[in-house]
Amino acid sequence: MLTTESLHHYWHTLTGPGGDLRLFMPQFVLCLTIVLILLLRTFSDHINAKPFAFIGTVIGLLFALWNWMSASISHEPVNHELFGGMLVHDMFSIYMTVFLLAFAMATVVLTMLTGMPDTEDSADFTTLLLGSVVGMTLMASANTILMIFLAVEMASIPSYAMAGFLKARRASSEAALKFVVFGGASAGVMLYGLSLLAGMYGTIHLPTLAHEMLYQMTVTEEAFNPTLLLALVCFVVGIGFKLSAFPFHFWCPDVFEGAPAEVAGFLSVASKAAAIALLARFSLTLVGTYHHAPFEPEVWQAAIHAVGNYLSPVLAVMGAVTCTFGNLAAFGQTNVKRLLAYSTIAHAGYMMLALATLTVVGAKAVLFYLIVYFFMNLGAFAVVAFVRNVSGSEDLDAFSGLIHRAPVVTVAMSVFLLSLMGLPPLAGFVGKFQIFAVLYETGWYSLLVIGGLNTVISLFYYVNLMRVMIMTDAPDQAPIISLPNAGFATILAAIVIYLGILWNAPEQWSQIASTSLTRPERAVTHMEAPAADLVVEASPDKTGN
Amino acid sequence: MIDTVLLTLILFLPALGAAMLALPFFDSDEKSKHWMLINTIATFGLTLLLLGDFLELTNEQGFVPPLSERALATADGQNAPNDLVVRVPWISSSAFNIEYYLGVDGISLSLIVLTGLISVLGAAASFSVKKFTRGYCILFLLLETGMMGVFLSLDFFLFYIFWEVMLLPMYFLIGIWGGPRREYAAIKFFLYTLFGGVLMLIAMLGFYFNSDPNTFDIIRLQQIGQTTGPDAPFSPFFQRVMFVLLFIGFAIKLPAVPFHTWLPDAHVEAPTPISMILAGVLLKMGGYGLIRIAYPICPDGAYFFAVPVAVIGVVSIIYGAFAAMAQQDFKKLVAYSSVSHMGYVTLGIAVLPILSPVYYTWGMAGAMFQMIAHGISSAGMFFLVGVIYERAHHRDLNRFGGLMNIMPVYGALSIVIFFAGMGLPGLCGFPGEIFTVLAGFKFGAAFGIIAAFGVILTAGYILWTVQRVYLGSNKQYEGTPDITTWETLTVLPLVFLSILLGVYPDLLLGWMAPDVEVLVRDLTDYGRSLTDVVTAAK
Repeated sequence: MLTTESLHHYWHTLTGPGGDLRLFMPQFVLCLTIVLILLLRTFSDHINAKPFAFIGTVIGLLFALWNWMSASISHEPVNHELFGGMLVHDMFSIYMTVFLLAFAMATVVLTMLTGMPDTEDSADFTTLLLGSVVGMTLMASANTILMIFLAVEMASIPSYAMAGFLKARRASSEAALKFVVFGGASAGVMLYGLSLLAGMYGTIHLPTLAHEMLYQMTVTEEAFNPTLLLALVCFVVGIGFKLSAFPFHFWCPDVFEGAPAEVAGFLSVASKAAAIALLARFSLTLVGTYHHAPFEPEVWQAAIHAVGNYLSPVLAVMGAVTCTFGNLAAFGQTNVKRLLAYSTIAHAGYMMLALATLTVVGAKAVLFYLIVYFFMNLGAFAVVAFVRNVSGSEDLDAFSGLIHRAPVVTVAMSVFLLSLMGLPPLAGFVGKFQIFAVLYETGWYSLLVIGGLNTVISLFYYVNLMRVMIMTDAPDQAPIISLPNAGFATILAAIVIYLGILWNAPEQWSQIASTSLTRPERAVTHMEAPAADLVVEASPDKTGN
Repeated sequence: MIDTVLLTLILFLPALGAAMLALPFFDSDEKSKHWMLINTIATFGLTLLLLGDFLELTNEQGFVPPLSERALATADGQNAPNDLVVRVPWISSSAFNIEYYLGVDGISLSLIVLTGLISVLGAAASFSVKKFTRGYCILFLLLETGMMGVFLSLDFFLFYIFWEVMLLPMYFLIGIWGGPRREYAAIKFFLYTLFGGVLMLIAMLGFYFNSDPNTFDIIRLQQIGQTTGPDAPFSPFFQRVMFVLLFIGFAIKLPAVPFHTWLPDAHVEAPTPISMILAGVLLKMGGYGLIRIAYPICPDGAYFFAVPVAVIGVVSIIYGAFAAMAQQDFKKLVAYSSVSHMGYVTLGIAVLPILSPVYYTWGMAGAMFQMIAHGISSAGMFFLVGVIYERAHHRDLNRFGGLMNIMPVYGALSIVIFFAGMGLPGLCGFPGEIFTVLAGFKFGAAFGIIAAFGVILTAGYILWTVQRVYLGSNKQYEGTPDITTWETLTVLPLVFLSILLGVYPDLLLGWMAPDVEVLVRDLTDYGRSLTDVVTAAK
């Protein structure tokens, strides 16, 4: 029965101190910004929406940082479920929210520097961008499988439009169409997998589902559950699409080639980061340990191990093939964005390798990698955009002899490429080093060797681009890249070098964020799941022991 | 404190100089080159200062305390004011424990001084560079920092970083300022070394995660690796696997047959000063890595693979010598002679199963001496080849002749350097070869005999080269100007050192001996305990 009192109570839980809406402020600010930009649009076509988007992302980022700060100083681990268990608010989701908002801000800055899109289209573009970012933050904090699907769609649909943003270019429209078709199909497959999970275990609440899965696995002592495997594979297909993992990567090179470099950079970092975060949360929740285990720890551990056996090989094989394929295919590319698309595929592969270990340290390595990847990949795409602005081309030829025209930008680009390759003392090396360290630590020697060999293979195309920039002669006198643009690239390059030498702080952040993934202190049955009763009844150990 | 400043300056002074070259002040080529020369001279001066400090570093018994003792004392917080060890925490988190950790002993110090010297000479030889001079100077100085870092680091992670840092400058120095096939040679160099680096990275992770507490400290890892008994953290199998990974990584750099194929390309295409650096310093990193890391940390692997490694050593000696003999290109000949000469280093290090501290000291000290001697003679040979190439614009051995008459000073200097490379008694090439051959003989007569046969082959190709290039008469090059004063000054230190070390090898062996002996003692002790276990089991 709804009474005034209970309404008041609900309102208080939403807006009071530590209330759901307060914790949700970063996303809320973004939504408000979108509404504001859309309203402005009704007044005039000639208002540049980018400054509004910038301010909106900055305010959102400040709220997210505030969340991080207050969570870091709080005495007990931060672990709230928001909106009736739909979302989860823990260090991991805050970390990802900060990351995604910071990247959105950087993308807005980049579009301000490159002037793409122009003022007239800026409202459309920023609306799509911010909407997509909201979806991505939801992906990182989704706590039910329904929310997973909604968040993925919310992040994807604006991306489709952004990929086709250069309306006059056929390649751009083709890319967008391809993206939509692929995206729609894989989303359908994922939804099917998720619905299988919900049907099998009678809940959509992720932690409860995980608990239920482990419970049933222990009770039935089934050696092999084909339905579960099918469900998990379907889910991985959906994520694989977002991650552009082999064999769901086909859209990626075409979309990156067709879309503006700014959008490609956004998709390459933010979209991948959100997908990898979702994958990390999903897989680690399934194998996370729970204090409320109804059985002996060994039995429970065996069930966790069994679930891991479904997921881990799929991720390992996919990751290994993805990074190998990406690195091999990148070699023959003549379009730099296409080349970077394959490089993106390869990097998604590296991150999947770390997640295949299904450990917190693996997630930590991935979270660190994301920070590094933020700067080096954004830098690489930014330079592509700058070169496109002055030469009108994104082909390898446009980069020839760049050192004579823009020495600073060339050095910065070399830093990005070498960092992507993983050469010390740049940040990319540290990221890769941590992934390799996790692979060694958890005994995945085969993946370690594959990752190492991939580093060697990737040498060819990264160095080839550098060779073109530095060792070939310039075709003619092209206009020089402007000072603010060069400054933007220089700052990013400086950060890449800095993070390669002093990486204490980001390592700590990723450590804090990743440990919240297993959530040992979380009560399992937050929602009114029918399975909850079953669990209590069937667990004599809980009270008996 | 003084040692902290000194070691850090040696390491980063070149990099600092490179950073300053980016300032607008260095707008002319001349300024950049002079700055580079000044910078390398200053660094070399600091390495000499370090040498002085090292020789003063004696304990009550009048010996220099071994590096491990000094390093561990520093770890316990008893940092002696001037013990030439620097330890500062760098990355310390729950997962990683990495230190900024530098230190020198006789083994690394001799290579550091060599690096300083060859860099000065390389910088002096770079005055003929005309293209993109400023970029050249920046890369050259960065390269020097990378090389110094490899020899100074005692933290494996730091070592690895410097090992890789030096790749990129080298790639560009070959790829931009090299010969006609420079891009191919540069990428080949990059690829080989990167591959070796990945193997090293895997070994590094292996050591880290199998040590307790986890550490990258090379000195600590050496102690862990030399622990024997059933609870040793590094099991024999683990050591063997890691040894193979490390050996391949270092053998690529060394280079040992069959990992040597990058070397002739890189050497031939690289500009003269870079060839000097490559032959004079870079190849030594491989040998140094074996002596400092692979052998002490994985002694079990070293014993297990002693015969294959020794075989690789003698095969390199013989193969390199025959390949050198077959060359028409002067520079390629010198390049293959490097393969042959570094084979003695491999052989000298490999022979540890003789289990005699005396004889293994011959091998180890011989290998170290050979590295220094080869650094001197091969850098000189590459420089001299460069001198004639600038005048004749080709390097075809069969088209030279009679240069001794036309360029008498050049001829005289060349004869000393080439004979030093040949290993003529009284010049620096001799002691290293004789020690390693003797140790090889103790290890297995066949190894000694084949290695000694390599000495004859070396004499064969060097004498034949001298005959074809310097002797006889040839009208074609009449009027070619003799070596200039600047060039003479560049090569003269090498000539001087070739003679000095040949006549008085104890000068160098004197610094190295205590540390070589400690290393040899540790390794032979380990081997003895292995054989004790075997005998007890019987």
